[in-house]
Amino acid sequence: MNITSRSWSSRGFDLLNVILLTALCIVTLYPFYNIVITSLNDPTDAARGGITLWPRVFSIDNYRIVFKDNQIVHAFFITVARTIVGTATAVLFTGAFAYGISKSELVGRRIFLMLAIVTMYFGGGIIPYYLLIAKYLHLKGDFLVYIIPNLFNVFNAIIMLTFFRTLPKDTEESAKIDGANDLRIFFRLVLPVSKPVLATIALYNAVSHWNAWYDAMLFGNDNLLTLQQILMQIISSNSNVSQLASQLGYGAVNSTSLKLATMVITTLPIVFTYPFIQKYFVQGVMIGSVKG
Amino acid sequence: MPAKRSLTKQIWLQRYLMILTLPAVIWILLFSYVPMYGLIIVFQDYTPFQGFIHSPWVGFDNFRELFADPTFRESLSNTFKMSIAKLVFGFPAPIILALLLNELVFKRFKRIVQSLTYLPYFVSWVLVVGFMYTLLDPDTGVITKLLVRLGLIENGTMLMGDAHAFLALAVITEVWKNIGWNSIIYLAAIAGIDPQLYEAAVVDGANRFQRVWHITLPSLKPTIIILLILSIGGLVSANFDQLFLMQNSMTQDAANVLAVYSYKMGLVSGRFSYGTAVGLFQSLVAFILMYVANYTSRKISKESLF
Repeated sequence: MNITSRSWSSRGFDLLNVILLTALCIVTLYPFYNIVITSLNDPTDAARGGITLWPRVFSIDNYRIVFKDNQIVHAFFITVARTIVGTATAVLFTGAFAYGISKSELVGRRIFLMLAIVTMYFGGGIIPYYLLIAKYLHLKGDFLVYIIPNLFNVFNAIIMLTFFRTLPKDTEESAKIDGANDLRIFFRLVLPVSKPVLATIALYNAVSHWNAWYDAMLFGNDNLLTLQQILMQIISSNSNVSQLASQLGYGAVNSTSLKLATMVITTLPIVFTYPFIQKYFVQGVMIGSVKG
Repeated sequence: MPAKRSLTKQIWLQRYLMILTLPAVIWILLFSYVPMYGLIIVFQDYTPFQGFIHSPWVGFDNFRELFADPTFRESLSNTFKMSIAKLVFGFPAPIILALLLNELVFKRFKRIVQSLTYLPYFVSWVLVVGFMYTLLDPDTGVITKLLVRLGLIENGTMLMGDAHAFLALAVITEVWKNIGWNSIIYLAAIAGIDPQLYEAAVVDGANRFQRVWHITLPSLKPTIIILLILSIGGLVSANFDQLFLMQNSMTQDAANVLAVYSYKMGLVSGRFSYGTAVGLFQSLVAFILMYVANYTSRKISKESLF
């Protein structure tokens, strides 16, 4: 599209377009920004409102309060633990399945794949699932409830399957002739050359573990509270802040501080890893959509 | 039986491949198919004590009760209101964004806008609802202050507690969170359009707007139709996370959509069978809607998902 002379209306549109999209960026980012500056303001002063562009009375008191709160610190470690353990196990578990399915000689391959694909369209819904986990598997209140039910994901399996199919077969075949078994080939040969897809799936899992609140609400207990779950409790009691604050042993002002600082702490890991997340997520969408 | 022996032998030769594959197969059977089997409780009066096997069978009683239940009818109508509003505003938004992004002359600015608008997709609804309570706080919220200054609301209005504002807030935040991310697929489709089409249009004297209207949009049609069919299938799911987290004692009637009602009946009130019936009804409606959308689209435009 080489257009040497642009008409006035076309230039006017360019200008309007840039203004519109800049406005969209501001609208997107401002809530994040507002939370950060308010959390860095003195809590008593912040209660007066009117903090729009920068902190009025700079202070890190909010963070002091949060880091003194044993429950929140504990929740932070639970969240980090479930993210790391959950991601590592899910990538391996789903990847192993995808690798097995990628071999055309596998007995039962079509049945296994069909079993998996049907679950993309049909499910039992939340109540039978809850009963299974809580009443029959007795996972409620166990840290493993964050890990085991998230081991497998059919969408991730298909993305990995698509990738494994593109790998050249000759190295694997020559390794086999040298006497290596499939386990060895998977761990020593296939995984090391699959880093891009592993990173993509790892990030999918990590973000969903970090953001999960529903399973913590249904299956967790006080020892298994996650950051999102604490944040949800603080927010959902927002309409009666003073009640919650007294429950937690703080004044009303401190309860707001708790909320803001917890929100920032919950978001920071996402924002810091964002450049990687964005890159690999977009890759995943592309693979997924080509397949679909 | 030589065939059978060779199958056993074949499996034995593949034992390491099986070790990799079978754990996930067992997982799928346990975590996906057992709950599907668990759907039989909609025909029972399930109690956890009696379990799936010994709970009494009640036939279609749960569904009979469902259709006579005024709260269920209300949740059905809420679901459709919410979903249609989200479809009308939420569906075109990423298409418009993709078209605007594609018209940008500075490619670097385009990349910056893309990167920034994807961000909200990656944060949880818990956080977004936290943003809402903070920015819409009646005393200190920045957006509340702005709206007061514009004369749109009175001083001290608590928008998060206003049942009439609930629908609008749900639609706006849904668009805010997903517009950037949902535009990716359209941008990818636009990138795949043959540049020769545009060159030919320029030669024919078509201006920018004509090129968008006669080339870009028609080329996006298959993508738009597929995603529209999928959205129509999702019409009744109405985003549980968002509405469940947004609701409070003042807005819970407005937030009562099928997914929320199913959860409240089944897991809060402990009426497992009844809650499951609500959930199953929702899935059935979703399936029918998607099927009808797909059928209509195949008849009218020859595009279809399946």
